[in-house]
Amino acid sequence: MTDLTSLTLAEARKGLAAKTFTSLELTDAHLSAMEAARVLNAFVLETPDQARAMAREADGKIAKGDAGPLAGIPLGIKDLFATKGVRTTACSKILGNFVPTYESTITSQLWRDGAVMLGKLNNDEFAMGSSNETSCFGPVGNPWRREGSNTTLVPGGSSGGSASAVAALLCMGATATDTGGSIRQPAAFTATVGIKPTYGRCSRWGIVAFASSLDQAGPIARSVRDAAILMRSMAGHDPKDTTSVDIPVPDYEAAIGKSVKGMKIGIPKEYRLDGMPAEIEKLWEEGAAWLKAAGAELVEVSLPHTKYALPAYYIVAPAEASSNLARYDGVRYGLREQGKSIIEQYENTRAEGFGAEVRRRVMIGTYVLSAGYYDAYYLRAQKVRTLIKKDFEDCFAKGVNAILTPATPSAAFGIGEKGGADPVEMYLNDIFTVTVNMAGLPGIGVPAGKDAQGLPLGLQLIGRPFDEETLFSLGEVVEQAAGRFTPARWW
Amino acid sequence: MSVDAVTVRRIAHLARIAVRDDEVSHLQGELNAMLAFVEQLSEVNVEGVEPMTSVTPMEMKKRQDVVNDGEIADDIVANAPATEGHFFLVPKVVE
Repeated sequence: MTDLTSLTLAEARKGLAAKTFTSLELTDAHLSAMEAARVLNAFVLETPDQARAMAREADGKIAKGDAGPLAGIPLGIKDLFATKGVRTTACSKILGNFVPTYESTITSQLWRDGAVMLGKLNNDEFAMGSSNETSCFGPVGNPWRREGSNTTLVPGGSSGGSASAVAALLCMGATATDTGGSIRQPAAFTATVGIKPTYGRCSRWGIVAFASSLDQAGPIARSVRDAAILMRSMAGHDPKDTTSVDIPVPDYEAAIGKSVKGMKIGIPKEYRLDGMPAEIEKLWEEGAAWLKAAGAELVEVSLPHTKYALPAYYIVAPAEASSNLARYDGVRYGLREQGKSIIEQYENTRAEGFGAEVRRRVMIGTYVLSAGYYDAYYLRAQKVRTLIKKDFEDCFAKGVNAILTPATPSAAFGIGEKGGADPVEMYLNDIFTVTVNMAGLPGIGVPAGKDAQGLPLGLQLIGRPFDEETLFSLGEVVEQAAGRFTPARWW
Repeated sequence: MSVDAVTVRRIAHLARIAVRDDEVSHLQGELNAMLAFVEQLSEVNVEGVEPMTSVTPMEMKKRQDVVNDGEIADDIVANAPATEGHFFLVPKVVE
């Protein structure tokens, strides 16, 4: 039998339906791969017993012809998603040994459709980071290395565990979340496919909150088709999330292979940064050429407020985070550090429980919302956000179907290489992705090539609100042209 | 704009995060780096621009004003560091 971990989700689904193998076999193959890859630190909690029980249940349903769309498919779950009875920490010390008594809407939909949980995946603490180095469980290793080097690189972040586990073939797909690029940037660093859906497409209920107006969950997968399959199960209206949108969930998979002929693809001139590596520029041109060859029309577009998206983000996101993270007070759950008074208890708990990056963001958020600074910072940033969104609206009003950009300004870097002295150095990783969160749009990251050192690079396609289908159609064109990439196993 | 050491301590207190004396200057440097970075927003003309309140144009959903949840006190205190019955325990708040 071929190695079951090397299949795509779509192929595994076929094999399960044809009874070529069982979900238990498929699950066991992934559990073994997971155990053998502990050096990557992608999983922060392995749940093999639960996985096998879920796999047996799925096998029973498949046998009875009662299988859901994800029946028997083993997945990894970012540790930001509350899983009932299974420790959920957001990779922060402050949540300690938190065991939810409830299940997030998204994961409950995945289990409804028959998926199997292998375990919980590492991420940057509270999803704050672009390298997975801020996790209280330590950094995650990228399965990709520079050619001829054995230096461990970061998988990107914040969904670094998700991207690493999917790329290393430890799980068939993973849940992830994206507040400023946390799905698309790690996808680009690991040659996986990641989509951040339109804001409101997937329920945020039961996901540990970072910045509520920007957070959106989506899948990281081995192929564009796999991402489409996962999206259909993850998306949908949820009355428990007031920002969740009540519109039907399309069959995203049907968009795969659909012609993109006549589509107008925007190339934003503001994304051509000074000092951008020539390889990224070349990749971008190649991507445009592939779409053109598939019949799309390329047009130069302008998104004039692009350069202000990242600074505006670093006001809005910390402000919302400072408010959301106020709940970690050592009273209702998680870590408690004693103090003489309740205020001192709060202060000691939060100093001990939050890592450096989280403390920094909570403090900057507190500052920009404080009396006397609110108008100058927060209100101004929200106005700039309106302008960023309007840039995209103007572009789509001219008939542009989607926008093509690079996913990241560089390939993966080494652990400890960035952001040591100046936090802004790390933040610049999200320069191409953050605009999409600020405007609430869908964006997909698709692997498109490698740099001179053999590291994967990705392209991003940005779509109209709730038009994820077009992104899947275009993403498929890129995948067909670029091929799929698997790292050489060293772990 | 930039923050001085006194402001760093004030923000930390507002954020309910204890900071040690030896952390202040480092934090001050990091916060000022972030503030210097966001400073470029001051060059954007935002005259007459509405601040964004909702990224998706949708009306706030309302539900029937009825009890649809509850009777889960055990669940709510399940993860608390210190409880007595269905109460959270904290240091004395009122003298």
